[in-house]
Amino acid sequence: MRPRPDRLGPEISAKPSVMAPGLTYASVSDQLSSLVLERPASRGWMIGFGIGLVLVMVLLYAVTYLFTTGVGIWGIAMPVAWGFAITNFVWWIGIGHAGTLISAILLLMRLHWRTSIARFAEAMTVFAVANAALFPLLHLGRPWRFYYILPYPNVMGLWPQFRSPLVWDFFAVMTYFTVSLIFWYTGMVPDLATVRDRAKGRFSRIVYGFLASGWRGSTIHWRRYETVYWLLALLATPLVVSVHSIVSLDFAVAIVPGWHTTIFPPYFVAGAIFSGLAMVLVLTIPLRKYYGLDNLITKMHLDNMAKLMLVTGLIVTYAYAQDAFMGWYSGNPFERYENLNRAFGPYAAVYWATLVCNVLSPLPLWFKRVRQNIPALMVISILVLVGMWLERFMIIVVSLHRDYLPSAWGMFSPTIWDWAVLWGVIGLFIVYFFLFIRYLPMISMAETRRLIHDLQPTGEER
Amino acid sequence: MSTARRGKRHLDLEAVRARLAGGNGRDYWRSLEKLAETEEFNALLRRELPRQMAAFGHAVTRRELLKLAGIALALTVLPGCTRRPAEEILPYARPPEDLAGDRPLFYATAMALNGSALGLLVESHEGRPTKVEGNPRHPASLGGTDAFAQALVYTLYDPDRSRAVLNRGRVSSWAAFLADLRGRMAAQRARKGAGLRILTETVTSPTLADQLHGLLAEFSGARWHRFDPLAPDNLRAGARMAFGGYVDTQYRFDRADVVLSLDADFLSWPPGHVRYARDFTLKRRVRAGVRTMNRLYVVEPAPTITGAMADHRLPLRPTHIERFARAVARALGIQAASGEVPELSPEDTPVFSALVEDLQAHRGSGLIVAGRQQPPIVHALAHAMNQALGNAGVTVIYTDPVEADPVEHLGSLQALVEDMAAGRVEELIIVGGNPVYTAPADLQFAEHLARVPSRVHQSLYEDETSALCSWHVPAAHELEAWSDARAYDGTVSIIQPLIAPLYGGKTAHELVAALLGHPRSSYEIVREFWKSQHRTADFEQYWRGALHEGVIAGTALPPKSVSLRADFAVSESHGRQASVRPGEEGLEVVFSPDPTIWDGCFANNAWLQELPKPLTKLTWDNAALLGPQTAERLDLHNEEVVELHYHGRTLRAPVLILPGHAAGAVTLPLGYGRTHGGRIATGQGFNAYTLRRSDALWFDSGLEIRKTGERHRLALTHDHHRMEGRDLIQVSTFKHFRERLHIVHGSVTEEQRLPSLYPGFSYKEGYAWGMAVDLNACIGCNACVVACQAENNVPTVGKTQVMIGREMHWLRVDRYYVGDLDRPNTYFEPALCMHCENAPCELVCPVGATNHSDEGLNQMIYNRCVGTRYCSNNCPYKVRRFNFLQFADVTTPSLQLMYNPDVTVRARGVMEKCTYCVQRIQGGKIRAEEENRRVHDGEIKTACQQACPAEAIIFGDLNDPNSRVAQLRAQPHSYALLAELNTQPRTTYLARIRNPNPKIEPE
Repeated sequence: MRPRPDRLGPEISAKPSVMAPGLTYASVSDQLSSLVLERPASRGWMIGFGIGLVLVMVLLYAVTYLFTTGVGIWGIAMPVAWGFAITNFVWWIGIGHAGTLISAILLLMRLHWRTSIARFAEAMTVFAVANAALFPLLHLGRPWRFYYILPYPNVMGLWPQFRSPLVWDFFAVMTYFTVSLIFWYTGMVPDLATVRDRAKGRFSRIVYGFLASGWRGSTIHWRRYETVYWLLALLATPLVVSVHSIVSLDFAVAIVPGWHTTIFPPYFVAGAIFSGLAMVLVLTIPLRKYYGLDNLITKMHLDNMAKLMLVTGLIVTYAYAQDAFMGWYSGNPFERYENLNRAFGPYAAVYWATLVCNVLSPLPLWFKRVRQNIPALMVISILVLVGMWLERFMIIVVSLHRDYLPSAWGMFSPTIWDWAVLWGVIGLFIVYFFLFIRYLPMISMAETRRLIHDLQPTGEER
Repeated sequence: MSTARRGKRHLDLEAVRARLAGGNGRDYWRSLEKLAETEEFNALLRRELPRQMAAFGHAVTRRELLKLAGIALALTVLPGCTRRPAEEILPYARPPEDLAGDRPLFYATAMALNGSALGLLVESHEGRPTKVEGNPRHPASLGGTDAFAQALVYTLYDPDRSRAVLNRGRVSSWAAFLADLRGRMAAQRARKGAGLRILTETVTSPTLADQLHGLLAEFSGARWHRFDPLAPDNLRAGARMAFGGYVDTQYRFDRADVVLSLDADFLSWPPGHVRYARDFTLKRRVRAGVRTMNRLYVVEPAPTITGAMADHRLPLRPTHIERFARAVARALGIQAASGEVPELSPEDTPVFSALVEDLQAHRGSGLIVAGRQQPPIVHALAHAMNQALGNAGVTVIYTDPVEADPVEHLGSLQALVEDMAAGRVEELIIVGGNPVYTAPADLQFAEHLARVPSRVHQSLYEDETSALCSWHVPAAHELEAWSDARAYDGTVSIIQPLIAPLYGGKTAHELVAALLGHPRSSYEIVREFWKSQHRTADFEQYWRGALHEGVIAGTALPPKSVSLRADFAVSESHGRQASVRPGEEGLEVVFSPDPTIWDGCFANNAWLQELPKPLTKLTWDNAALLGPQTAERLDLHNEEVVELHYHGRTLRAPVLILPGHAAGAVTLPLGYGRTHGGRIATGQGFNAYTLRRSDALWFDSGLEIRKTGERHRLALTHDHHRMEGRDLIQVSTFKHFRERLHIVHGSVTEEQRLPSLYPGFSYKEGYAWGMAVDLNACIGCNACVVACQAENNVPTVGKTQVMIGREMHWLRVDRYYVGDLDRPNTYFEPALCMHCENAPCELVCPVGATNHSDEGLNQMIYNRCVGTRYCSNNCPYKVRRFNFLQFADVTTPSLQLMYNPDVTVRARGVMEKCTYCVQRIQGGKIRAEEENRRVHDGEIKTACQQACPAEAIIFGDLNDPNSRVAQLRAQPHSYALLAELNTQPRTTYLARIRNPNPKIEPE
């Protein structure tokens, strides 16, 4: 039997940090399932979804033109053969990392505060990785031959070239996407069952019933569920480190000055989590406001995420310093020039903007007042997202535009189609996310109920 | 609509459908073709279409819509069938004798630029000429070519060429032209041709000259005028001044140790430039043990490739060069060089005195060359100096002029214009050329031309002159025509066609024959002329020999001994150009042919338009070139549009700052700003001819510049001038080299192999291909770039794509400056795929589309490429090119013929790059295997190597220690570019070695 929450559970007392006082099993289930089942599509949701949809139309148009005409519609040329597409790819993959960090690593570390934000952070991961995975396909010169990168048996006996980081990338991203999706879905099954049970319409009962895959809430279900969920968390944990390390090898393996450095894997992972946390904050803040979730997502959550963001931001700052120092210390004239060119070349604005966004803007987070000031958090998070995008652009474009032979130097300037794809994919993310908050429980009811249980006066918080 | 009419139409369509249904496969098309020709079908279409157009006025019924769709289908399909011949086609059951499978055949012919012939071997694939090579037996070529020759096939297949005889702009026919001409010539005959004028370009063709002589004999009142915008008038006048008559001057750079060029760009100006490049670089092939090297001094206003080769280059404003020449002449003891003693700038003084000493020390092995832009007096002084130094007869050879009936062209044109103005010209026949566009602006040629009652123009394109003529006759291209032409030394080549005229073009011979009233084919005309010259029984053998060899033996002009006129004296003033008003430091204007589209005759050639100009690296445009000092003084920046005011005329031009350009002068390249003459030619750049005056064809003072505040974007392929302290082109001096030998780092001989994670390749058996580029011989002329383009089907991309950086050249010539921007040393470095042993590109390709062959080639598999472009990012040499869009033209029918069938035409989305001409390697290996032997050294030549006039590129087998490439690689000054990256390139360079005069540049 599934737990009947009606007044059976205890009321938690005044321990305000993880959740607001007065929540019960029933009130949580009511509140969260009603978001899916009862609350009509609000005007705000329609507007947000509409914006996303318009951007998706832009994306479809841009991609259609791209496929019929070729990647030459973008600003890429020689020597800058990678531009916005790869920048976006790395950026989106990075954003995904925070979701896995929150849902898997914090789970393993038994940090209760993850409960309220884990579900939609995971959703963000899935959507971000799905978006990221689009770009390697879009940026191909001959996208209709994308399957050449896959190791599939064929009569010609041809395999991918396994020394290429792009092949590793393929495996890394696909693994990441698969594990994230399964992890997300598995965690959602008990909640889907709750929604199924409360659904009134026949259609939604069938759909949610199908998605709940026969969950009855029996003890054996719970036992297996817990085992699987922990195992998946264990499986996802190394991915937080490995995926972006491998993405960073796309650059570190190449001999381009500005790419060819061993610090890249940890540097990229820190940057990924940094940008991902910023994205989680950007999503959390409006959600808790418009859906009245501030009882579940308290300032403590925001404060903790801000702290994490500050830590990863400092790691990123250290990486910048190391990158610059090693460029100089190596004595390699190409590396030295590359560093100077970043700071004082034609794209200097990108470099300094990156530093302002990623190094300076998180520094106020040392102060609790700032960490608990919601507008400030929102601004800093957006700055970090922009800054991390610019950092990817700097690494990719600014390194490529002046490498070894000055005769082959050139400039990159994006075309309207570069921007269309950038914003179109953001629109795709918005569409995914708005559908998610509309049709799936965005905070885990089962885990929250459990947390309420754990937080009984007899239990010890944290 | 009445039922009867509907019924009738219905029946017609039924009939058509029935006929269409009757066949399949080839028959299907053929019946459709036939259908289109039948009267009924045409009538049906005529009847149907207007009515159906009207049907759109009201609602279209379903039936009508279907019918419309049917007709639309038929009309769409029909043009698609036109490429298939309607006639019966048959395969070769028994192939023609000389058609050896799919192997190409080579025919010897020649091309003439400014009348001067360059011997060619043209590759023909099943009747389609696809590639031009130099004829090793031709004295002007010796196997080398220039960029113009390499681009010849593009012009041949250019879809914009004139395709029909035009009468006042309307399509007519050759027969109609002949009929019209017959009547008018009869009128002229009655008046002994008093109103007949012929205007040609430089004519060196003995046959054409003979025909024209015949014409003039028949029409005694007729006149033959000549105008070539780049004609060597100054050279003629200078020879007259020095020797009292016209002579041509040939140079023997292979015998000269010290060369002084007085504004002479002998490495890029015909006649003889290809041969001169070979001869000149022969003296610069520095190897271990070589004890001598020539030294070149160049005095010039605008940098040229000759100036870039100089050991000492003085940028002087054009009017100062005469003064410089006088000073040198006086210092060499030429008494005649009277006049003011010029003041040289402090930088120039040591060069001047060292130069004079050097010339004196090399009597008989020195050489002074004057440029044809310079006034006659400079030529006369050069003659006098060469005579005084004993160079005449050794390094300088005099002959009779190569041009038939030599004249000074400007005077000839002026006489014609006078006649036109006076109404004495009734019938003007313009054979080739484009005088409306190229004539000096003050002659107002176009205005006077309009007064001539009958104007005939024969040319390759419908150009500015054609537009003003009553008749336009399309000319046959050199690869379509029979003709003949003389080389710089007088050697005659027969020009033989490789293909029948694509658009029914006529040759000059046919036009002149038509004037005489005996229209004949040019084959007959040329052959008969030579038959008359060679009246022995073995004519057939003689003729076949001439065609086979590409030269007629013994036709070179014999050396002529000349002596200075006893009364030779150079007085103060020789015409306007010589009169340098002292102290006048205003701006000077300089006119020069454009390095890639020349005088404008190649303006519609996309290969040449997209070819980066050797020094500016500019494509698709010309620009007002000026030096950094001038730009600073006038506060001008690149791409800024300025107004040039000169003698009441105005021209707007974008500025391009050219390091090394003389201060106080602005160079305006000719050939751009076309208004007619093809889609590519028109609308690019500005027309500098509009400022060119007959009293100052080459340069003048009195230019003013005004800023406009506008900007015109230029497509440069190379916008960084400096090496940023990187040792990309390693340079040393000859003295250094002789003393120490080891002057480079990254030397191949050191074999510093850094460790690699991956195992190496083994080439124990078979071949290991490699290339060596001698930077000391490379003159930066770009012949290799176009050769590569022609051989490898490299597409052009257009100006906007070049501006982004998407040019597709597999081979580029890097140009770097070292030193002071006002007087830099200029170095060229051809950059192509290095075929690295540890190729960074191979490692990162996810699909293995670029990989390593067992002969060490880094190969591209286009079919496998998915277009990640990772390989290009990881290529430190940035020699990979990506098809960002569908760049290759696969729709224009005439351009289809141009493609080399041995090389894949790449579609969009794939990476490409230099293959070391793998198709030639395979061809050579197959030949060798058929004969059961190894490939001989030098048997396989890459396209760039074969085109190079200076033999700066050597390709061969590194496994053979005796191959030329292996030996060059073993030279002490051989180095690998970016060797520190451990890419271990197969392409290596021989360091650039300068030979500065120790008195000017003490070590």
